[in-house]
Amino acid sequence: MEFLRPASWEEALAAKAEHPSAVPIAGGTDVMVEINFDHRRPEHLLDLNRIAELQEWEVAGDTVRLGASVPYTKIMEHLRAELPGLALASHTVASPQIRNRGGVGGNLGTASPAGDAHPALLAGGGEVEAVSVRGTRLIPIDDFYKGVKRNALEPDELIRAVHLKKATGPQQFSKVGTRNAMVIAVCAFGLALHPDARTVRTGIGSAAPTPIRATTAEEFLAAALDEAGLWESRGVLPPAVARQFADLVSGAANPIDDVRGTASYRRHALGVMARRTLGWTWEQYRGTEQDELDDRSKPCA
Amino acid sequence: MRVTFTVNGAPQEADDVWEGESLLYVLRERMGLPGSKNACEQGECGSCTVRLDGVPVCSCLVAAGQVQGREVVTVEGLAGEGGELSTVQQAFVDAGAVQCGFCTPGLLVAADELLERNPEPSDGDIREALSGNLCRCTGYEKILDAVRLAAARTEEAV
Amino acid sequence: MADTTSPRASSSVTRTPTSLTQGSTTKGGIGESTLRPDGILKVTGEFAYSSDLWHEDMLWGYTLRSTVAHAEIRSIDTSEALATSGVYAVLTYDDLPTEVKNYGLEIQDTPVLAHGKVRHHGEPVALVAADHPETARRAAAKIRIEYADLPVVTDEASATAPDAILVHEGRDDHHSGHVPHPNIVHRQPIVRGDADAAAARADVVVRGEYVFGMQDQAFLGPESGLAVPGEDGGVDLYVATQWLHSDLRQIAPVLGLPEKKVRMTLSGVGGAFGGREDLSMQIHACLLALRTGKPVKIVYNRFESFFGHVHRHPAKLWYEHGATRDGKLTHVKCRIVLDGGAYASASPAVVGNAASLSIGPYVVEDVAIEALALYTNNPPCGAMRGFGAVQACFAYEAQMDKVAAELGLDPVEFRQRNAMEQGTVMPTGQPVDSPAPVAELLRRVKSRPLPPERQWEVAGGAADVRALPGGLSNTTHGEGVVRGVGYAVGIKNVGFSEGFDDYSTARVRMEVINGEAVATVHTAMAEVGQGGVTVHAQIARTELGVTQVTIHPADTQVGSAGSTSASRQTYMTGGAVRNTCEAVREKVLEIGRRKFGTYHPAWATAELLLEGGKVVTDGGEALAGIAEVLEDEAVDLELEFRHRPTQAFDLRTGQGNGHVQYSFAAHRAVVEVDTELGLVKVVELACAQDVGKALNPLSVVGQIQGGTTQGLGVAVMEEIVVDPVTAKVRNPSFTDYLIPTILDTPTIPVDVLELADEHAPYGLRGIGEAPTLSSTPAVLAAIRNATGLELNKTPIRPEHLTGS
Repeated sequence: MEFLRPASWEEALAAKAEHPSAVPIAGGTDVMVEINFDHRRPEHLLDLNRIAELQEWEVAGDTVRLGASVPYTKIMEHLRAELPGLALASHTVASPQIRNRGGVGGNLGTASPAGDAHPALLAGGGEVEAVSVRGTRLIPIDDFYKGVKRNALEPDELIRAVHLKKATGPQQFSKVGTRNAMVIAVCAFGLALHPDARTVRTGIGSAAPTPIRATTAEEFLAAALDEAGLWESRGVLPPAVARQFADLVSGAANPIDDVRGTASYRRHALGVMARRTLGWTWEQYRGTEQDELDDRSKPCA
Repeated sequence: MRVTFTVNGAPQEADDVWEGESLLYVLRERMGLPGSKNACEQGECGSCTVRLDGVPVCSCLVAAGQVQGREVVTVEGLAGEGGELSTVQQAFVDAGAVQCGFCTPGLLVAADELLERNPEPSDGDIREALSGNLCRCTGYEKILDAVRLAAARTEEAV
Repeated sequence: MADTTSPRASSSVTRTPTSLTQGSTTKGGIGESTLRPDGILKVTGEFAYSSDLWHEDMLWGYTLRSTVAHAEIRSIDTSEALATSGVYAVLTYDDLPTEVKNYGLEIQDTPVLAHGKVRHHGEPVALVAADHPETARRAAAKIRIEYADLPVVTDEASATAPDAILVHEGRDDHHSGHVPHPNIVHRQPIVRGDADAAAARADVVVRGEYVFGMQDQAFLGPESGLAVPGEDGGVDLYVATQWLHSDLRQIAPVLGLPEKKVRMTLSGVGGAFGGREDLSMQIHACLLALRTGKPVKIVYNRFESFFGHVHRHPAKLWYEHGATRDGKLTHVKCRIVLDGGAYASASPAVVGNAASLSIGPYVVEDVAIEALALYTNNPPCGAMRGFGAVQACFAYEAQMDKVAAELGLDPVEFRQRNAMEQGTVMPTGQPVDSPAPVAELLRRVKSRPLPPERQWEVAGGAADVRALPGGLSNTTHGEGVVRGVGYAVGIKNVGFSEGFDDYSTARVRMEVINGEAVATVHTAMAEVGQGGVTVHAQIARTELGVTQVTIHPADTQVGSAGSTSASRQTYMTGGAVRNTCEAVREKVLEIGRRKFGTYHPAWATAELLLEGGKVVTDGGEALAGIAEVLEDEAVDLELEFRHRPTQAFDLRTGQGNGHVQYSFAAHRAVVEVDTELGLVKVVELACAQDVGKALNPLSVVGQIQGGTTQGLGVAVMEEIVVDPVTAKVRNPSFTDYLIPTILDTPTIPVDVLELADEHAPYGLRGIGEAPTLSSTPAVLAAIRNATGLELNKTPIRPEHLTGS
């Protein structure tokens, strides 16, 4: 095994080009588990800790460019207003120690369906900035997940950042685990209202081979809101709409039975989470003007 | 490979480090600092918690090579120079928060950082800050007592 | 204490256990919450655990384990592994040095390394010693093993089918003659009265079938140790264990060494809970050290630890309870089937406990009980805190609630009407001859005010998710949340039962150092975190009137202390320390009488004590300083202590005075259940327990809270999942075997009763296990109360509560 320690982003890209099988390691919270438990012996480890820009974020216009290694703790602390769904998801990641090290780049690189950031990224919408010595490309998040632990990156590419749309409406994230902290998702759900575009986006985790959106549910809800003029009236959401939305989310999943939970429970739980998160976001949308949204988008803690 | 970094204020160096070694292994087996504990080696117990450039992390999930040139504080660095226990260490002893003690070093590092950040934590804050540290002996009640005690003593001392 | 002259290699080993010397600004005797003598070492990181051991030229041992549950081993090829640079030895069964190739606590059925076949997933097959753990792992990966799969037996039906493959062929152990099938390790019926006739008198009869999942001890300090070859051909072994002498008895014959050449020292133990009762890496490290002539360290990682020790027996339990309209139990019939897995471990004793404690702390004249443990190809199961009584308590307490509901009685009231008390006769025919305050314990937990509702609500109408089911995962802000309250009480035996010669040994030395009388206590007791070392210092202070006490490291240079298990160490080794201290005190007084008897008549006539460093009369008059009495003389004694003898249970009727002492605890659980998602938050878990005498109240409460939390874990999350088709473990990691975090654990208010047992030292009662019993059924009862569901399995999973 060889440990590559590039001092700059350019060096990192060059190293990845030279050793396409090199495994990038930033927070280490996935890679080191595999090494400690002898599940993986890469020829090269590519350390990204020395590349400062990966730990930085910029808010410009209506997007946030979030460095791949910005730790979840920082997202919780500093980006709650801009990225409320991702901030909530960040808070459910493992433990404080892990949140201090891990970042979105790791979740994307590993592309496990159980990664906590995925449902929030899918719901919020955005693009993955994939870079190689050949150049930069922005991969829409919807096209990023390709299979179980497979993503759209080319072997010579590294994730530099994600470009995320600043929230224009309430967002929520909810995850079922069998413990009240430090738990891997049995399944998870992210929801974002986009009042500016009159759309709704969702994300489902741990209930299909990849993180997915529940597009039928999104379209149904957007249409229902439109038809009833609810975006403008901020009126009460009809329970039947919430129920059908929940059913459609549930139906969008394609889960399996595994040691963490059953397929049927996952479908059921996704429906409950969809209904609840819709209730929370809609109530928030009803009760607030846009500039107030930022402060109340999360429950305490 | 060779790895050089600062541990508890003193420069340390390790040679012939295998590239897959964790910071935890280097501390325990190469630097004579076995205080950080090896309970799970998968980031699910917190017993190996150290501060890396001030931030609490699981040292089992930090590759040794990633620590080059950085600062690490372990449980061995909590006591004063004369060996006097820190407030949080003394509180753990006094409150009966230590049984087998294997989780204790990680809890101390995490609790110490919590009190530095939040000198008057609520019980909810304490529980959240320590939710990455498993203890199998105590049922956590005495650990909560200890952190409350350390906070109260720090408050008194101010 | 004088060092022994054995050729120990300890001089070059670092991080070995040191003596713990502790003074006290108070009397520091029994009944005080003195602090742990090892506390400061543990908070500074200096305390030397078994995984911290280090020797300058040591090698790392690694164990290659079976990847299948049941298979013939057709061949093993180690040549490539041996040729690896940095590898010093590769050992298989063929390398074992003597004819003794098996070990075991009671039945020697466990191969040191697999021979001919493997019987469970993760069984040790080969060992490697190398200069770095990674070298050892890579070499192990080059060992070629050819397996031929055999069918697996995984439950009672497959194990006892007429054509069932035998897990152990040709059994000739002492249980093999009385079991109905060779795949049954041991079976214990208990028959008392006439359950069928009594059933005819019952107004209500309630039947239930219950399933208890496989729990892991999940101690945090993984199995580890260091073996150092001695110049005399022997070996020094530093290890974390629960019973040094039991290890020694099993290790020495395999190595072909006399016991005196296997010198064992207890290293720091990171928890045990029964999981270190059996051997893990002990023999392996010694074999590698003796083969290579170098010190060998073995440290399991968490994955390996799940295969490195036995687990709590999963169980299926069938119960029938009958009661009259006025709320009196008429009879109980039950059948308890424990899955012992591939090797016997402690299964026979677990069966005895499950059977004899199967009806709980209740008065029932007419019972028909059967408990048995199976041999299967599942992971071996053995000792874990609560030891057979836990599984039974889960089932009989569920039954008690069901009967109460049938009768329309309050569940606590119903239990109190049937609660045993001093004088009650157990199903085994043994009368309970010390306090049994079962009704009172229930009264105490019930009378406690309930915690406030909706504690998650914070100002502004928001919700603190940390106080809700789902916790930080943000699954509810109060939606679907229903509160429930449940009760349970349990009974556990203390000490080794069924006629076992249970004893402990203590060596105590008293001498004058720098003008002050000091005591040194040397036992082989395994301090695993429970605080035995704290209590020993307290006992020495109480009995010898000293302030400063040194606790010598535990090793095999002193007689056996028995195991740190069965809630027995304070009773047994505490008893041994007191016993020896009393004898030391008599010697000191003899010396005093010899030196000073002529100067004061009280030396001959008064009851004399040692207090505050002086010899004093029972009237409080000081006669002399202990230092003056002893001068440069030292008193040094080593004595054994035994509890009352017990009897074996009759193999047909289960009758016999099998137990030494009983321990009782009751819990009230308050839970909040997200009924839509099936997630549970335990809000409070109150416990009342009779401890006889709290030698160290702070430690007592810590034990009760810790035991309670392990019971909570198996109620709502902890289970080793074994694939029913392959018998392979599916979740050997802390990612998927979950134990409670601080956010899963509620406040645990503890109410301690002290009703003395006159048969026990200081009247104390062993306390470690009882709270683990009643915690689980109390939580289950509370969840049933919240959801209205029957819930006959533990741990509860979300899908059990949502029906999806």
